[in-house]
Amino acid sequence: MALRTLLTRKTLTAPPLGVRGLQTFSLPDLSYDYGDLEPAISAEIMQLHHHKHHQTYITNYNKALEQLDGAITKGDASTVVKLQSAIKFNGGGHVNHSIFWQNLAPVRQGGGEPPKGSLGWAVDNHFGSLEALIQKMNAEGAALQGSGWVWLGLDKEFKRLVVETTPNQDPLVTKGPNLVPLLGIDVWEHAYYLQYKNVRPDYLKNIWKVINWKYASEIYDRECP
Amino acid sequence: MAASAAAAIASPSRCGLFSSQGFSGSTRSLQWRKSEKRNVRKAVRGVITAKIELSPPPYSLDALEPHMSRETFEYHWGKHHRAYVDNLNKQIVGTELDTKTLEEIIRATYNNGDLLPPFNNAAQVWNHDFFWESMKPGGGGKPSGELLELINRDFGSFEAFVSEFKAAGATQFGSGWAWLVYKANRLDVGNAVNPRPSDEDKKLIVVKSPNAINPLVWDYSPLLTVDVWEHAYYLDFQNRRPDYISTFMEKLVSWDAVSSRLEAASARALEREREEEKKRTEYEGGDETNSEAVEMYLESDADESEAD
Repeated sequence: MALRTLLTRKTLTAPPLGVRGLQTFSLPDLSYDYGDLEPAISAEIMQLHHHKHHQTYITNYNKALEQLDGAITKGDASTVVKLQSAIKFNGGGHVNHSIFWQNLAPVRQGGGEPPKGSLGWAVDNHFGSLEALIQKMNAEGAALQGSGWVWLGLDKEFKRLVVETTPNQDPLVTKGPNLVPLLGIDVWEHAYYLQYKNVRPDYLKNIWKVINWKYASEIYDRECP
Repeated sequence: MAASAAAAIASPSRCGLFSSQGFSGSTRSLQWRKSEKRNVRKAVRGVITAKIELSPPPYSLDALEPHMSRETFEYHWGKHHRAYVDNLNKQIVGTELDTKTLEEIIRATYNNGDLLPPFNNAAQVWNHDFFWESMKPGGGGKPSGELLELINRDFGSFEAFVSEFKAAGATQFGSGWAWLVYKANRLDVGNAVNPRPSDEDKKLIVVKSPNAINPLVWDYSPLLTVDVWEHAYYLDFQNRRPDYISTFMEKLVSWDAVSSRLEAASARALEREREEEKKRTEYEGGDETNSEAVEMYLESDADESEAD
């Protein structure tokens, strides 16, 4: 349900329907231009990341969904099972990146401004300070082997903030069914390599200048009214 | 327990390294302890170094242009590979791993899948050495001789092999590697005896692996690899991984290297077979051995009450 909300926020108009009304997906627009996050993230990276990488996840996700639909209709259980990894990879990639674009904002739209209100209070309460949270997320993001994400999440059940990492394109929910993503930072090399090369810690240090805490606060307030 | 033993080795970078690796309290079968025989490793003005070295590729950094740029090599070899070497040495200095070869370190820290912290660095050092040597200036083309025969036998055709290899690289999701390996079908179950081996058992297959994992840990003999971590191709190809793999196959592969690895792998497999044949004849031969075993079984039945 949260996913549909995210998708219809932007310019996703009438989604194409398959024979049985299978909903497929298309690339959500950004609410800023590719160059608007400079110098923290270069325009070149933003364009490749959004227009190529995210688009490819969507294309392959749609393909996998159509194949899954066919296999379900035919009762082909082994194909249904075989498709699960493609769905997890590509569907996860779509889910994660759709959140990511909203986690970022140009400075003139509030990017980098610290969280206020109840989320700001919760960050100080759980981590001591915003700086401590940033340090923790950066350390975990830097230490992640291979590809993945570092998240600030909300445990809905315990009303508690958590920092987690997930490998590859696994969404945060794979770490716990009650976890809601507030902020995700992509640490796949494609997210920073052209600009920061091997120095992932520099990317992590700089991305906070364009983190959109307003979006995170909205999600938090919705889950913890 | 292992964590505290390691932390006892006074070195700030060491402690920092462990905390960032998230060294949890799960049981470790590998004991890390300072070697009793020597307290100081190659100490030069207080600088202690372990012995794994960064080898350069067997060609200059611009030799594979335009297919793989000098800039890529400056980062891929000069930064990534170098960091794996430096970090590995920091992790193993003063431990019993320090006396082992790179392959021994990899097998030990693979720890049957429950990876110990040095595994990622050790395996990546090995993987990158192997990768540079899998390429050469003016590479590509087709293999020949026994290698080509086996490829035709096990894949149907060279083209079919290339197709499967490319697909493996393209579908290794996230970071990882695609491999051509020589696989000797062996049972690896303690006392079990292998059925008699034949040439058919020794096959070439394509496999893929995530992150730092390599086929050494599956007891295969690697023959060829392509690095599909994004850092391997992003400067030259951006998101176009399939183009990168095609270029690798058409312009960079050193079939000479693959052929000589195949020779070595066949020789090793033959040697193992001979050892197993010897063991098998020892097991089957000699009635005394068999009846002793039977007698022991009967006796232990009767002796139940005498336990301990």
